[in-house]
Amino acid sequence: MTKSLLSVKNLTLDIPTGSGTLHAVRGIDFDLKRGETLSIVGESGSGKSLTSLAVMALLGKSIKRSADEIRFDDVDLLSANKRVMRDLRGNRMAMIFQEPMTSLNPAYTIGDQLMEALLLHRKVSRSEARARAVELLEKVGITAAESRLSQYPHQLSGGLRQRVMIAMSLMCEPDLLIADEPTTALDVTIQAQILRLLVDLTREMNMAMILITHDLGVVARVADKVAVMYAGELVETGPATEVFAAPSHPYTRGLLRCIPQPGKTARGAPLGTIAGIVPSLVGEVTGCAFRTRCPHAKAACREQIPMRGDPSHEFRCVFADGALSEEGEVA
Amino acid sequence: MLTFILKRLGLALLVALTVSFISFSLLFLSGDPAAALAGETASGEDVEALRRLYGFDRPMLVQYAEWLFSALRGDFGESYYFKLPVASLIAERLQVTMTLGLCGILFALVTAVPLGVIAAIRPNSIIDRVALFLSVAGQAMPSFWFGLILIVVFAIQLGWLPPSGAATWRHFIMPTIVLGYYAMPAIMRLTRAGMLDVLNSDFIRTARAKGAGETRVLFKHALRNAIIPVVSLAAVQMGFMLGGSIVVESVFALHGAGYLAWESIARNDLPTVQALILVFSMFYIVFTFLADVLNAWLDPRMRSA
Repeated sequence: MTKSLLSVKNLTLDIPTGSGTLHAVRGIDFDLKRGETLSIVGESGSGKSLTSLAVMALLGKSIKRSADEIRFDDVDLLSANKRVMRDLRGNRMAMIFQEPMTSLNPAYTIGDQLMEALLLHRKVSRSEARARAVELLEKVGITAAESRLSQYPHQLSGGLRQRVMIAMSLMCEPDLLIADEPTTALDVTIQAQILRLLVDLTREMNMAMILITHDLGVVARVADKVAVMYAGELVETGPATEVFAAPSHPYTRGLLRCIPQPGKTARGAPLGTIAGIVPSLVGEVTGCAFRTRCPHAKAACREQIPMRGDPSHEFRCVFADGALSEEGEVA
Repeated sequence: MLTFILKRLGLALLVALTVSFISFSLLFLSGDPAAALAGETASGEDVEALRRLYGFDRPMLVQYAEWLFSALRGDFGESYYFKLPVASLIAERLQVTMTLGLCGILFALVTAVPLGVIAAIRPNSIIDRVALFLSVAGQAMPSFWFGLILIVVFAIQLGWLPPSGAATWRHFIMPTIVLGYYAMPAIMRLTRAGMLDVLNSDFIRTARAKGAGETRVLFKHALRNAIIPVVSLAAVQMGFMLGGSIVVESVFALHGAGYLAWESIARNDLPTVQALILVFSMFYIVFTFLADVLNAWLDPRMRSA
């Protein structure tokens, strides 16, 4: 078994608020090997973006991060100082954000912004950095790359800007790429292109990727592993194919019922929804966070529930089969 | 960028022409200039004679054209009161006013921008509170009162600085502080608000994700975007300072252009008032134009406007 590139154990994020501490992320574990794609799935507010920002140490000052371990290759990120983090960011670990329209600085040219990371981390001349920028713009499928360098962000469309963001994140050939909902803000037609591009690039450069999304369709197409988050907790993790074929947690099954599946969902049949809302995470949170919306909830759900199942495919439910037997007649 | 500058320049010239016409015609709205010139005891014939002498009997547009072309050659006529060419009168007074105005805006910018930036980096910190207090105090204190307090403390009690006049650079220290402090609060608050806003934006997170250091994030990525509204505000304040520091000039007995304007209005000295209005307006136009160019350089999105 090869050593993992990124290993996160018991990551906890607390946000102090006026009415008490908000336990935004509670005890997340995951690890990732070189060349692997992990998809973190969950609805808005489940803590998936915070988790990725915590790895990059890009959280706001008010958010308290604690963990048993956050290790990137041989670097202990938990104890890493600002200097060490700065050397890693944009160099060995890079990030793409959700909003291509606002994630580029309006005051500088595409070229300047592309070259910045390379000039910060490597001893290269401006002309070398420029050549690399052109090379990567071409790689992400931007035509007339040379002339794009002198353009400003406002002169490009959303799809083009996201391609620029991707090119920018790859300038230093990172080992880890974190993509936080990279296609959410784009047209459906562009979404597929950008996703295809990300997958091809991670294969080509043997990069590990954390893909954060709420779109299960995206996950099914690109991820090796899936981590399903609900209300700041992991509820199910496993190989993407297994999780999709045999979802074990009631929440995962609920999510899957929300998307139409060719061949399975009958024409005209209503799509599933998950009734209720995400519980407040302010104050003490105990037991299964999903129990307020779960059709199978019982008294035992109030207790602390450990992960179960085999190590490659775990889920967090009091029912040994994730209450699948009870659901049989419903689905 | 060049087409943008040319466009703005053309616009500025049009505004300047409009302003010159308005400032000229305003004087005709304020009453019969010949009667005003002749005084209350003058007979009707005297007024008529004056009217012909100064050419007030001709059509207004002819008078305007004549005045404008002379003005373009730097000839604003002769002051009714000082009996001196208006141009040299203003030029002499402007030296004092421009020195004061430039020092004042410089003082305001040098104190307000760093203070605003620090306040934005550490909101609700001690420095932020101090900055807030300074700006509230600056906004609340009338300039004449603050000037007098400075004179009492630093000129009379401590004897460090001369209380009035414009002979040496030391005479300008207190007026600069009073005038600059007047402009400081708005600049500081705007810098702080702009920085706070920009520091929360997505592209700052992108810069950090690239591994940029804090200094680079603040000054290269944030400040350039945050300073844009400050440039526009500073331009207007600069125009104001070069034109209308009548209060400060009076308190410190600096005989500048603001003071001259007040004197000329009180004495019905029409050519001087006309010329001063034109000169003051030109300051605004020039500084607004410069601010537009600077902003377009700072923010490429404005270049197409």
